[in-house]
Amino acid sequence: MTTLTRTGRGPAVRPVKLDAFRATPLTRVALGFAIFLSIFPIYWMIIIATRSNEDAHSMPPPLLPGGNLGENVKAVFEAENAHFMTGIVNSLIIATTVTLAVVIISALAGFAFASLRFRGRNVLLLSIVLTMMVPLQQMGIVPLYQMMVTLGWTNTLKAVILPFLVNGFGVFMMTQYTQQAVPRELVEAARVDGASTLRIWFNVALPAVRPGMAVLAIQTFMLIWNEFMWPLIVLTPDNPTVQVALRALNDRYSTNYVLIFAGTTVSIIPLLLVFVFFGRQIIGGLMEGAVKA
Amino acid sequence: MSLHVDAGHVPSRAAPSRGRRHEHRNGPRRFLSWLDLRATPYMFVSPYFILFAIFGLFPLLFTLWVSLHKWQLAGEKTFIGLENYTKLLADEKFWNAVGNTVGIFLIATVPQLLIALLLANALNKKLRGRLFLRLGVLVPLITSVVAVAVVFTQLYGRDYGVVNWILSLFGVENVHWQNAKWSSWVAIATMVDWRWTGYNAIVYLAAMQTIPKDLYEAASIDGAGPRRQFWGITVPMLKPTIVFTVIVSTIGGFTLFAEPVMFGSGLMTGGTTGQFQTVAMFIVKKGFRDFEYGYAAAAAWVLFLLILLSALINFALVRGIGRSK
Repeated sequence: MTTLTRTGRGPAVRPVKLDAFRATPLTRVALGFAIFLSIFPIYWMIIIATRSNEDAHSMPPPLLPGGNLGENVKAVFEAENAHFMTGIVNSLIIATTVTLAVVIISALAGFAFASLRFRGRNVLLLSIVLTMMVPLQQMGIVPLYQMMVTLGWTNTLKAVILPFLVNGFGVFMMTQYTQQAVPRELVEAARVDGASTLRIWFNVALPAVRPGMAVLAIQTFMLIWNEFMWPLIVLTPDNPTVQVALRALNDRYSTNYVLIFAGTTVSIIPLLLVFVFFGRQIIGGLMEGAVKA
Repeated sequence: MSLHVDAGHVPSRAAPSRGRRHEHRNGPRRFLSWLDLRATPYMFVSPYFILFAIFGLFPLLFTLWVSLHKWQLAGEKTFIGLENYTKLLADEKFWNAVGNTVGIFLIATVPQLLIALLLANALNKKLRGRLFLRLGVLVPLITSVVAVAVVFTQLYGRDYGVVNWILSLFGVENVHWQNAKWSSWVAIATMVDWRWTGYNAIVYLAAMQTIPKDLYEAASIDGAGPRRQFWGITVPMLKPTIVFTVIVSTIGGFTLFAEPVMFGSGLMTGGTTGQFQTVAMFIVKKGFRDFEYGYAAAAAWVLFLLILLSALINFALVRGIGRSK
């Protein structure tokens, strides 16, 4: 069923037996165990979120859902000093804005680098690749904060959004994607027909690179949704992002497990939705990026 | 800022080289299309570079400037040259944080990439429900980082944690995971590994699928078993991808922040004696709890140099390993 040899028709044209690709029982057990380990913490988190605090302390841990989910989630949103609802709304605004902007900025620059010729192209592209290696947000955190203080932007969403618009990885990825998705001849042909560069980008390149933009969008959204250090510093506790609100919840209600777990469960819903609807693209995007790297 | 927009020395191939006046004679339409050809590329890349100049390059250089000052809250500053750096290099707490960061990085990354390799090899076999299996190992990626840290901190709880309960089945007494260096490092490393092993496995899997099958056929004919084929063909062929994941893990590992912060009840101290305070936590503590901006900025630059150094060391190591096989 799974080995190559059995699919061979007869002894005459027997294909080489490729042991390297045969799944042994050990492979199956190992994979099953890996997937169990991957899923168990999330499963356990959701189970605890549906239960009461007494259940959370019982050993062995409960493995089936209880009936307290609604109550626990309500308590999360009503929890004093955590500002969970504000956090969710802020994170949605921040992640969506950054995602849209990064995708457009990267698609524009990627098209220029891949399909247009101009002086300094190679130097500029190299500078992007080099800065991809620098953890900009962590390294520049002190001056970035001082900058926001000077501008009077601390505790505003734009202070969180703006530094994350610098995404060299996005430009690099869109450059590579445009190179393979938009043939040079197509660009030249459109130019001969008298189309302006902007028009060529919009009508020729953009439709072709849409799958690449989707992958970049998914990755950026997940990255920004998870951002913790910078929002923690630049926002005040009463105007948090969802990750900062989770921290506040964890600080103030440290013994109330079901409340905290209901909070973490709510915090992964947007990413869960992204995963359910775009799982195939996420895998496709990761695999494509890896081959090129 | 020096963006080098016009610094390229490559002679332009597409555009006419004669200059503006000549083009002008052929009418404004020609001029517009010349302008379009020449200027639009810069307009297309400018949003990225303008943002980079303001929010990337400027803070980076300004960090260097700040690090040469005694710079406190309210902007009072005095130039002190390299004093922050000499103080930093003699600061036990800083080296403690560096030691923690490197320690956690090593015990997280080495097993993580090895397991990811084996996992990718398993996922590369002929199996039913491949998409399901691949999505399965990627599930940890959807959890938000603080959620992971919170859930694992509970799993490692002293009195009601699942890990201690499992250990108790084997007769091990309750471990207070936060208390000792080794236990807190292990706990934090598992958080990192849980989240990223599947991701790296999928990256390796992608690269594995580009390895030509006839290499394995030839090895089979020569009598090499699956294990030899894995170490003799798969791993050496994956070398560029392994280098890539090592560098990405290095940057991630050296800027580790959310997991240890949440593990230590949201504080920047990393345990009672700083047993799991990472360099990123040290920077935030100095800069935004003690308000010693200059000192924090110096630490940020040293961190960057450490990342560079360790990326180079790892790069050399991985290359060496590949060659000896």
